Amino acid sequence: METNLFRFIFRHSYRQQIYLLIITGISFPFLYYSYDLPKMIVNQAINGKDFPKNFFGLSFDQIPYLFLLCGLFLLLVCINGGFKFYINVYQGRMGERMLRRLRYELYARILRFPLPHFKKVSQGELIPMITAEVEPIGGFIGEAINGSVFQAGQLITVIIFLFVQDWKLGLAATALYPFQGWIIPRLQKRVNQLGKERVRTVRKLSERIGESVSGIHEVHAHNAARIKLAEFSDRLNTIFGIRFEIYNRKFFVKFLNNFINQLTPFFFFSIGGYLVIIGDMSAGALLAALVAYKDMSAPWRELLNYYQQKEDIRIKYEQVVEQFMPQGMMEEKQQLEEPETIEPLSGQLVASNVSLTEDGKVAVIDSASFSFPLTEHVAIVGPSGSGKDALAMLIARLLMPTSGQITVDGRDLTALPEAIIGRRFAYVGGNAYVFSASLGENLLMGIMHRPIRSVGGESEERLRRKLSAEAEITGNSTDDINADWIDYQAAGVGDHRGLIRRVTEVLHRVDLEDDVYQLGLRGTIDPSHQPEMATQVLAARSALRVRLADDAYRGLVEPFDVAAFNQNATVAENLLFGTPVGDVFDIDRLAENAYVREVLDKTGLTEDLIGIGREVAKTMVELFADLPPGHEFFAQYSFISSDDLPDFQAILARAERAGVAGLNPADRQRLLTLPFKLSLARHRLGLIDAAMQARLLEARRAFAQDIPEDLRRNVEFFDPNQYNSASTLQDNILFGKLAYGQAQAGQRVGELVAEVVRSLGLREAVVEVGLSYQVGVAGARLSAAQRQKIGIARCLLRRPDALIVNEATALLDSATQTRIFDNLMAEQAGRGLIWVLHRAGQAKSFPRVLVVSEGRVVQQGTFDEVNRDGSAMAGLLAKE
Amino acid sequence: MSLNEEVDVLRAIPLFSKIEPAKLKLLAFTSERITYESGQALFKQGDMGDAAYIIMDGEAAVLIDTAQGRIQVAKFKRGDIVGEIAILCDMPRTATVEAVGKLTTLRISKELFFRLVTEFPQMAIQIMRELAHRVERMNIQLREMVNKSRN
Repeated sequence: METNLFRFIFRHSYRQQIYLLIITGISFPFLYYSYDLPKMIVNQAINGKDFPKNFFGLSFDQIPYLFLLCGLFLLLVCINGGFKFYINVYQGRMGERMLRRLRYELYARILRFPLPHFKKVSQGELIPMITAEVEPIGGFIGEAINGSVFQAGQLITVIIFLFVQDWKLGLAATALYPFQGWIIPRLQKRVNQLGKERVRTVRKLSERIGESVSGIHEVHAHNAARIKLAEFSDRLNTIFGIRFEIYNRKFFVKFLNNFINQLTPFFFFSIGGYLVIIGDMSAGALLAALVAYKDMSAPWRELLNYYQQKEDIRIKYEQVVEQFMPQGMMEEKQQLEEPETIEPLSGQLVASNVSLTEDGKVAVIDSASFSFPLTEHVAIVGPSGSGKDALAMLIARLLMPTSGQITVDGRDLTALPEAIIGRRFAYVGGNAYVFSASLGENLLMGIMHRPIRSVGGESEERLRRKLSAEAEITGNSTDDINADWIDYQAAGVGDHRGLIRRVTEVLHRVDLEDDVYQLGLRGTIDPSHQPEMATQVLAARSALRVRLADDAYRGLVEPFDVAAFNQNATVAENLLFGTPVGDVFDIDRLAENAYVREVLDKTGLTEDLIGIGREVAKTMVELFADLPPGHEFFAQYSFISSDDLPDFQAILARAERAGVAGLNPADRQRLLTLPFKLSLARHRLGLIDAAMQARLLEARRAFAQDIPEDLRRNVEFFDPNQYNSASTLQDNILFGKLAYGQAQAGQRVGELVAEVVRSLGLREAVVEVGLSYQVGVAGARLSAAQRQKIGIARCLLRRPDALIVNEATALLDSATQTRIFDNLMAEQAGRGLIWVLHRAGQAKSFPRVLVVSEGRVVQQGTFDEVNRDGSAMAGLLAKE
Repeated sequence: MSLNEEVDVLRAIPLFSKIEPAKLKLLAFTSERITYESGQALFKQGDMGDAAYIIMDGEAAVLIDTAQGRIQVAKFKRGDIVGEIAILCDMPRTATVEAVGKLTTLRISKELFFRLVTEFPQMAIQIMRELAHRVERMNIQLREMVNKSRN
């Protein structure tokens, strides 16, 4: 990567820069004529004589001549505007492309940083560098060459003009330039230093912010806000100081420059005046020189601005780039090279005299030598801090040895491309990272190494080619992100179905299958894309209905029946009798919907429901009025929050005086919302009798029958024979409400659903729906154990030649640990498994054990061989 | 059963007889009414306790796991309160309670239970009395058992 901004600009855009210069050069004559033409119009057309005039062999009278020149003027305005527009767009595009290239290059470098470097740089520093700090560089690059040449050209023209007028005047005008050229860079130098310091301190500032966000729990738990604020304030203070000094100095440079510029006319008047008086020069020439000098100051000021900006940008660039050139960075080729064939790794893994030092001082691993067949299961044990995890990372090639080498089948691990290591080996650490994507994408990332099949038709392909061409111009990746990247072969399967089967199997191995199944039940599908699945879900719905008719399960679920009032659903749910799509018919705010109000009016329910609302309000006031505000019961049980309770008391008092009919519309609205939340089975208030239920059913019918076309798509009505695409799979299978107050109803129905799903062979499909669950930022919507299991599963999926497990199960509970331990042993039977154990006792199950202590491999052999009296292994076992 | 009917049932229980109806209504409203089929457990020995139960209708058997197998030590009927020991002492359930025939209970969460006890000393006294009765009963049972084993 270029460490110098201008070298970077030249290297990647010299053709465009030259082209731009040529275009600018071509535009100059037009610009010149557009200055010249007004003079012609005044002197020759308006004040002119001797008509008709000749113009390119045609003769013109005065008026036509005026219009001809005006027309020419208009044409020049258009041409100049066109040039300006074209040049601006061209510069803008060039700048954006360079910015894109720069950002891409920086990000690509992060991906190739040696891992220990991440101990020295933080996210908080790296992110603003790529996002904010390089932003102005793009804008500058566009006009970096062209702008300065343009200004300089103008300046030189004027200077030449002056010298042509009178060499002495020229000398006078430029007399102070050498001084300016000497003093300004000197002043600028200090500004540059300050600029560097500013960049550094702002970076530290963003690092602090990042840290506070990550450690927010600690800040609260230790009442550390004040010291954090004081620290932040201190940093802002430093930044303020630096910025203010920069400001001062920058403007001092400007002031000095302006002052000198104002000084030059002094020479004109004194020297020029003297020359005129002694008759060596005409007064007109002096005047012309003064006018020309005025034209000189504008480009000179621009050049100075340019110089300051250039220095500023140059520093930004250098400051960013130097952060992206750590020692020991991986070659791009090694990371991205795609070997013709990738053979499984086999043979012996040999480590000879491998050492790893940190910061050139501390030896983390010290001359480790060992060897074993890659297919063997090997346990690495040792006290924490012994270097056992560094050893695992060395074997996984996540760390590079400082000296010595590790070979597999005679090939040096360090030299192997990532395409081999990252596909034939697998590594999972104690804190596996889950990306913000679907659960499935997270699992499959272990078999998505390159685009394999492009998807989409002719038009997508055209668009793709266009985007790819643009990416190529800026040295970006031309791989199609929308292509199918899944390598079925790597997972050992032939097609999508096989893959899902394999994923399910792997999920079983890591004890995650049931979790994903549950997520699947809570997921939705689009029946137009998966009509078969929808049909099967409907079959499950019928099968469940049959099973629920058993005596053992009777009454656990109250099915949706268009002709019956559902006792376990709320009044709102009963009225809508469907699933809202979008928030028009949001079930919590249904009473506020205009169309719902219309239906209630039409069916004559409004008054009665408001009356019921009044009763509900009365009961709530009676029950909850004595409780202190904010009591948990409000949130848990009350229809009215503690804040709103006084309002309702007031409404009830007003209703007492004037009757509900006399209330204002807002009060009536608030009362109306209450009965909508009632669920008969749960709340048992006895306010909605059979007759009322019948009338609500009538309203339900009216609602569905008369719903206007534009609202129709906001609700999907319950239909026993239709898949409801707005509901979850589970709700589609249940097609009813869980009965309130039946012991363990949820659990028993859940078991029944699982049974039905299994008997219909639907379980895998539900798991597949679960795979589309979005896990949130860093997997925040999953538990830590689930994230860790995903980390393990994504390794298993590609059947690695060697699986390196670095205390990856320590986080799980002990029963799960044991299950996963056995499963991984079985899964990797006949293939390599290298496991850093957090409990040495587990090493018993491994045919080979490496014991690490203080960075040295102190023992190796079978469990019995290493477990001698007085050995390090015996010491470890004794401590457990 | 509507809320008002539940309040009537509660009022007939000695434990709640001194409590004003509005509070009983709050108790009924904030408690979950749960129905059990015969043989279903309200809770199992060893579980952590998070609620007490008032039997509204039906009967429940108290079972204890011993080395000799499971034995029934008591039976609860309408109006009895069950499972308050575990929430009072914050300890695991000392016995399993199962429905005998169809059973309806009112499940009172731990928070609600403590709130009631602190707000209504009469109720605390009632519970003390009830617990004392149980200790008395157990002493009698113990004496019988000791006598039996001597013979």
